[in-house]
Amino acid sequence: MAAPAAKQEGYFDCRDAWAQTLESLAQQDPRIVAVVNDSVGSSKLGGFQKKFPERLINVGIAEQNMVGVGAGLANGGRIPFVSAASCFLTGRALEQVKADIAYANFNVKLVGQSSGVAYGELGPTHHSIEDFAWLRPLNNIAVVVPADAWETAEAVKWAAGHEGPVFIRLSRMPVPNLDVPDRQFQPGKAELVRQGRDVTLIACGTMVHLAAKAALSLEAEGIAARVLNMATINPLDDAAVAAAAGETGAIVTIEEANIRGGLGGAVAEYTAANLPVPVERMGFPGFVPTGSVEWLFEHFGLTAPGIARVARKAVGRKRA
Amino acid sequence: MLMLKNNIADTIREKALWMRRRAFTMVFDAQLGHPGGDFSAIDIVATLYFGVMRYDPTKPDLAERDRFIMSKGHATGALYTALCAAGYYPEDWLTTYMQPNSRLNGHPNRNYLPGVETNTGPLGHGMPVALGIAIAGQITSSDYRTFVLTGDGELQEGSNWEAAMTAGHRRLGNLTLIVDRNRLQQGMGTEETNGLDPLDEKFRAFGWDVEIVDGHDIQALLDVLAAAPGGRSRPLCIIANTVKGKGVSFMENKASWHHGVPNAEQFETAMKELV
Repeated sequence: MAAPAAKQEGYFDCRDAWAQTLESLAQQDPRIVAVVNDSVGSSKLGGFQKKFPERLINVGIAEQNMVGVGAGLANGGRIPFVSAASCFLTGRALEQVKADIAYANFNVKLVGQSSGVAYGELGPTHHSIEDFAWLRPLNNIAVVVPADAWETAEAVKWAAGHEGPVFIRLSRMPVPNLDVPDRQFQPGKAELVRQGRDVTLIACGTMVHLAAKAALSLEAEGIAARVLNMATINPLDDAAVAAAAGETGAIVTIEEANIRGGLGGAVAEYTAANLPVPVERMGFPGFVPTGSVEWLFEHFGLTAPGIARVARKAVGRKRA
Repeated sequence: MLMLKNNIADTIREKALWMRRRAFTMVFDAQLGHPGGDFSAIDIVATLYFGVMRYDPTKPDLAERDRFIMSKGHATGALYTALCAAGYYPEDWLTTYMQPNSRLNGHPNRNYLPGVETNTGPLGHGMPVALGIAIAGQITSSDYRTFVLTGDGELQEGSNWEAAMTAGHRRLGNLTLIVDRNRLQQGMGTEETNGLDPLDEKFRAFGWDVEIVDGHDIQALLDVLAAAPGGRSRPLCIIANTVKGKGVSFMENKASWHHGVPNAEQFETAMKELV
């Protein structure tokens, strides 16, 4: 098994990009404030707190209050970034996210840290693999899942300027920057990481670079896999999914989340209703066993070879 | 000066009477609503809108406006009639209460109705949002005031106590909570269900100043609310002792009028009493 990603050269913890970007935005715009639940360190907001002590609101371990306070700050003309471990931000405060942020349509940015199974060994209470399914029906919340440090910075900049609720889902798992020329962050649009016509790998967040790696090995076997970075889960880029279904005839979705109700669920909903093609959903089936992130990824096949294996299966289903 | 104060109190009493009659008509027409809680809150809401708060109904988004949050969001009869009387929208909007596609939901939506500060309905949401508004005022050194009205049963929701703790800790002197202490929740008494007393001691322990008033004594409400922020360094909790269904003999202190609706005979009787 590979050494822990944290030690690999060229891999970046996206939280650094998030924190640096927020600090520089806050420097330019006095309306930007941060709201946390005793999560200054895990949100990497120590620098923000030093520079803008009045604009870092720490409500303590109280997530319902934290999200409501975010709505109130927006009412008072601030642009709040509410940052906390994703499992508590979305799970503990779900009704506040629904009623105070989404339904009330406040200009609040929710930032879920250490999402997915980043807290691997701490167990399912600390995993945030249900968050996509919980937030997707809240149709006016943009759900953005950056794939790397570059995209994290771009997503945070975009969110600050966008009028309306946003959920940005970050990991603490280091990832490499994607190798895509002339990148531009386009909310609501899939990013074409690699062109291909035999199957489409639709991934988000920490899974995108693994999907790109899988596509390389598939190429050696003569399978041309298209790779899409679906950085926005909500709203889904229907056109990109339609093109994937129509042009490649088979889809594999890969997410660090429960396969029910997340990216795979969204793609399956769309294709089943509009353009039925084989769809293989990769992710987690439910609560997962205890283990390190690396072990969990390996165990559930969320690796380049694992993705390639499922891609072959999807291509086989197409021919069947 | 004394005359002037009396005049304000008289004006508020007139508005409150109009609100009770109008709210009960809305509930009768819709055969839906929460009239018991409307009537316990109406004198408080009328005092805020017609004797205390600074606002301009033609500019509902004015940064410096005082804010009111109806945390007991089901008391739309009280809120919608107050906003109407305050000039946020014409009276004919009230006739659409709970009709298909109406702006007047069973619970308020700020995107549909000018003057509504946040969407409430699920209990325990108003306090944290009010806190955020007060913190924004503190950060920007604005002198607007934030008022939030909760039910008493509503205080059984833990989110209120998360907010109460933070408000005390941050010494939010620009925040005023009014508890509509009618002692009844949906099914029965608050003290039989999950007791709140001693409520004043609870808030004091959380770092708040506490005042206890008769929630139907307009002059008493005016005295305590008009002085509400006044350079305080602690948030203020006003425990307003009220009567659920206040103003209609057969409704007073009856839990069944939480979401009870009148038949034609009851409606007529109520209208005769509300004069």
